Amino acid sequence: MKHRYLPMTEQDQKDMLETIGVSSIDELFSDIPEAVRFTGEYKIKPAKSETSLLKELGRLAAKNSNAQDYASFLGAGVYDHYRPIIVDHVISRSEFYTAYTPYQPEISQGELQAIFEFQTMICELTGMELANSSMYDGGTSLAEAGTLAAGHTRRKKLLVSSTVHAESQAVVQSYADGQSIEVVTIPHTDGVTCVEKLKELIDDETAAVLVQYPNFFGQVEDLQVMGDIAHANGALFVVSANPLALGVLTPPGALGADITVGDAQPFGIAESFGGPHCGYFAVTKKLMRKVPGRLVGETTDDQGRRGYVLTLQAREQHIRRDKATSNICSNQALNALAASVAMTALGKEGVKEIAYQNIAKTAYARQAFEKAGFDVKFGPAHFNEIVVDLKSPIKEVNKRLLGQGIIGGYDLSLVDANLANHALIAVTEQRTKEEIDAFVQELEAIHA
Amino acid sequence: MHNENQSLIFEISKAGRVGYSLPELDVPELDVSSILPKQLIRTEDAELPEVSELDIMRHYTALSNRNHGVDTGFYPLGSCTMKYNPKINEAVARFPGFARIHPLQDESTVQGALEVAYDLQEHLAEITGMPQVTLQPAAGAHGEWTALMMIRAFHEANGDTQRTKVLVPDSAHGTNPASATVAGFDTVTVKSNDNGLVDLEDLKAKVGPDTAALMLTNPNTLGLFEEEILEMAKVVHGVGGKLYYDGANLNAVMSKARPGDMGFDAVHLNLHKTFTGPHGGGGPGSGPVGVTEELAAFMPKPVITKVDDRFVLNYDVPQSIGRVKPYYGNFGIYLRAYTYIRSMGPDGLKAVTEYAVLNANYMMRRLEPYFDLPYTQHCKHEFVLSGRRQKKLGVRTLDMAKRLLDFGYHPPTIYFPLNVEEGMMIEPTETESKETLDNFIEAMIQIAKEVDENPEIVQEAPHTTVIGRLDETKAARKPVLRYTKEA
Ligand SMILES: Cc1ncc(COP(=O)(O)O)c(C=O)c1O
Repeated sequence: MKHRYLPMTEQDQKDMLETIGVSSIDELFSDIPEAVRFTGEYKIKPAKSETSLLKELGRLAAKNSNAQDYASFLGAGVYDHYRPIIVDHVISRSEFYTAYTPYQPEISQGELQAIFEFQTMICELTGMELANSSMYDGGTSLAEAGTLAAGHTRRKKLLVSSTVHAESQAVVQSYADGQSIEVVTIPHTDGVTCVEKLKELIDDETAAVLVQYPNFFGQVEDLQVMGDIAHANGALFVVSANPLALGVLTPPGALGADITVGDAQPFGIAESFGGPHCGYFAVTKKLMRKVPGRLVGETTDDQGRRGYVLTLQAREQHIRRDKATSNICSNQALNALAASVAMTALGKEGVKEIAYQNIAKTAYARQAFEKAGFDVKFGPAHFNEIVVDLKSPIKEVNKRLLGQGIIGGYDLSLVDANLANHALIAVTEQRTKEEIDAFVQELEAIHA
Repeated sequence: MHNENQSLIFEISKAGRVGYSLPELDVPELDVSSILPKQLIRTEDAELPEVSELDIMRHYTALSNRNHGVDTGFYPLGSCTMKYNPKINEAVARFPGFARIHPLQDESTVQGALEVAYDLQEHLAEITGMPQVTLQPAAGAHGEWTALMMIRAFHEANGDTQRTKVLVPDSAHGTNPASATVAGFDTVTVKSNDNGLVDLEDLKAKVGPDTAALMLTNPNTLGLFEEEILEMAKVVHGVGGKLYYDGANLNAVMSKARPGDMGFDAVHLNLHKTFTGPHGGGGPGSGPVGVTEELAAFMPKPVITKVDDRFVLNYDVPQSIGRVKPYYGNFGIYLRAYTYIRSMGPDGLKAVTEYAVLNANYMMRRLEPYFDLPYTQHCKHEFVLSGRRQKKLGVRTLDMAKRLLDFGYHPPTIYFPLNVEEGMMIEPTETESKETLDNFIEAMIQIAKEVDENPEIVQEAPHTTVIGRLDETKAARKPVLRYTKEA
C-alpha cells in the first residue's frame, strides 16, 4: 500500500518481519480470537487524492452561509469578532500544534510558557487570583464550577439564573445529574436575574449561585448584589463572563466572584460551527487546590534559570484516579494559545477599544431600531446584544434577510415562549454602520 | 543567550505600542456611563501586553523553538498516538465555509457542515461496529463520561437503580475511574494477571447485581489484546452490566477487530489520536461515542440525522441524557478527522493498523535484549518496557527519558501503566519510517550501555536542552501561577 502518510516499503516490511521472527503481519494479530476478527475492509468511502478531496470538501463548505460572505448579527454565545491575522500564523507553527500535553518540560517550555501567559491574561481580565490552562468550553467550564462548588461546600443544590445561556444551563444540568446535585432555576424579570426570587430560593443547602455576565439577553447584571446574597448564605458565587466584555466591565473578581468561567472564543478563535472554542476557569486563591484541569507554574532549573512546569497535579485524574473531582485530561491548549495571541495583539489599549466599540455600535443599533418603530426590550445596560421585537416569526424574517446577505439574530422563541417574534441581535465591532443601517432597513421593509 | 531567561510577553511590553488594527468607530461616540451603572464600569485596566506585531511574532517564534512537536522529531509517547498531522486537514478546517459558520444558524444554511458530521458518524459507526454515534463530546474523558451517563440512564430507565459500581482494570487510564466518579459511580478495581491481561477470576468475583459497567481498553494500555474478551463480555452481560470500550487506542485494531463485534455496548474514540486531529499542545480533542441501538435512546441532544435528503438536528430525544456540551461537539477537530478518513479509505486504514503494529513489534524485539520486557507476547500498537534492570544500577526510567532528550527525541510515556515498575510505554505509530525507528533504537541501546558504563551522564541528563531539570517540588510548594509585575 503506497500512501503519502505511510513510509513503509516492501523491503522494510520484509526486514522487520524477519527481525520479529514472524512470516506475515497477520501473525501479529493472532491473539485476536477468530470469533471477533474482522476480515476484509470497512465499507466506507474509498480514498481520495489530495486534489479531489479538497474539491469535494470545498463544495461542502460552499453550501454553508458564512460570516465572510454575509453580515452576521448572530451571537448568543459565539461571536464574529476581529481575528488578528497573526493568530493563525502563530497557531500554525507546528511545534505548537503537533505537540501534546507538556509532560517533558525541558522540551516543552514554549507551550508551558504560553499557557503561563494565558493564565496571567485571564487573571488580569477577570480580576481573579489564578486561572487554569483551559477547559473544553464555556458551558462545561460552568458545569465544573458547579460541581466544584458542591464538593467544596458539601452542599447539593445549585441556583442557576435563567439568564444563563440555555445550552450552558443544559450542560450544568447534565453534570449535576451525574453527581445527584439539584439544579434550581432563578427566574428573570426585565431580562435580568430576579434578585427577590434569588433571596427566596437560596438556603443553607445551596452550594453556589451561577450567573452570566453580560447575560444571555445581552444585559449587564449587577453582580455584587447577587454575590453578597450567595456569600451571606455560605454559597459560592460563580460568574460566567464574556472575557472580551471585561475590557469595559468591572471584573467579576472585584464584584465578589469566587469562580469566574467563560469562553475565550471572542479572542481570536473561529466560530467553527460551535467548536472547538476555549473554556477558561479562574478562581480565588482559597480554591486553588480544587481547580479542575492543568495548571502551569513557575520554577527554576538546576542552574537557577526560570522555567515552567505542570504543577499541583495531585488534583488530577492521572494521580487521583477515582478520587479526582474532575476527569478532564486533554483540554483546549491550542485555542488557549490562539486567545493569548489575540489578547496580546489587542493588548491593554485594544481590549478597551474593542469592548467600547461593541457597546457603542450596539447602542447605535438600538437607537436605529427604536427610530424605525421596533420595540427594544429590557433596560439600556447592554454590552453587544439587544432583544428586539421584530413583530414576525424570526425564522421567516431570517430567511428573508439571508436573501439580502444578512445572517439575522437568534430566535428567542426557542428558549422562551413569551419571546415569540423576538430576536437576540448581536452587533460586534465587525459590523459597520452601513451594515447596521441596511439591516434595520431590511427589517422595516419586511415589516411593511 | 543560553543562560538568560526567556522573556515573558509582559516583560517586553512598553506603554505606547500596539499590535492591533481596528477600524475607526463609524457610529457616534457613546458615554458608557449613560447606559451602564457606574459600579459596573471598569476603572482599573487589565494589564495586557503592549507590543508591536513583530514583537508578538518574534516572541511566539522563540517559544515555538522551545517546543518539540511531531514535526520536530520522533515522539513515541505511548497511549497518545503521536502520528503525523496531515496538512490538508489544516487547510480544510480553515475554509471560511467551515471556520466562519455559526452553530445557531438555520439548519438550511449549514447543510454542508451537517453533511460532514452525518457522514463522519456513518464512517465511525462502520469502523467501530456500533450502530449509532454522537460527535458531541469534546475529548476522550468527556466521551467516557457521556457514555457512562447513558449507561446510567439506561439502568435507571429499567428501574435498576442499585447498579452503582463501575469496574475498571488496574491498567486503565486515569480518566476511566475519574469519569466513573464524575458520573456518580463507585469504582471497583479489577486486577491484571501475570500476562498483563484482566484477571478473569477477579472479574467474576467482583461483578454482581450492583455492576453498572466494565470499562475496558482493548488492546489495553500495555498494548496487549484482551484475548478473553468474549468471556468477559459474557460475565458482565450475564449480571446485567454494560461493556464500555475505551477506544483511545483504536490505531491498534482498525480493520482487525471492532468493538461492536466484541460485544461492547459503548465506545469512545479519540479523534485527536488515531484520526489525526492534531494534539494541539494538549487539545482541543474530539471524543465521539458509539453505542448500541439499545443505548441510542439516551444519546445527548441534538442527534444529527438525515431525513430524505436533508441533514437535521433532532432535539426530540425524550430519554436523552441532555446536553454534554454547547452546540455539536468540536466540529473543527472532527472535520479534520473526517478529512483524514477520506484521505485513507478502507485499504489505507487497514494499512495504518498493520504498519503501526509492525513498527511496535519491530522496536519491541530489537529493544528486548537491553531492557526488561515484562510481557513478551506480540504487542499491538505499543509496548511497555521496564527499567527495573537499570534501576538496580541506580538509574531510573526518568533519567533515561531525560537522556533521550539529548538525542532529540520526545521520550515515551513513563511510569504508566501503574502495573509496570519503572515503565516506558513506547508507541511508534505507522507514519514513522524504519530509519527513524532504527535511529531511536540505537539511541536507546546507547543509553542502556551508558547506564552500565557511565551512569552519571544519564542521571544528570539532559545536557543539551534549553533548560535543565526543573524543580517541581518548588513549583508545587510555593505555586506561582501567573506573572506579577515587580513593584
Ligand atoms: C487510554 C486512554 N483513555 C482515555 C484518554 C483520555 O482522553 P482525553 O485526553 O482526550 O480526555 C487517553 C488519553 O489521554 C488515553 O490514552
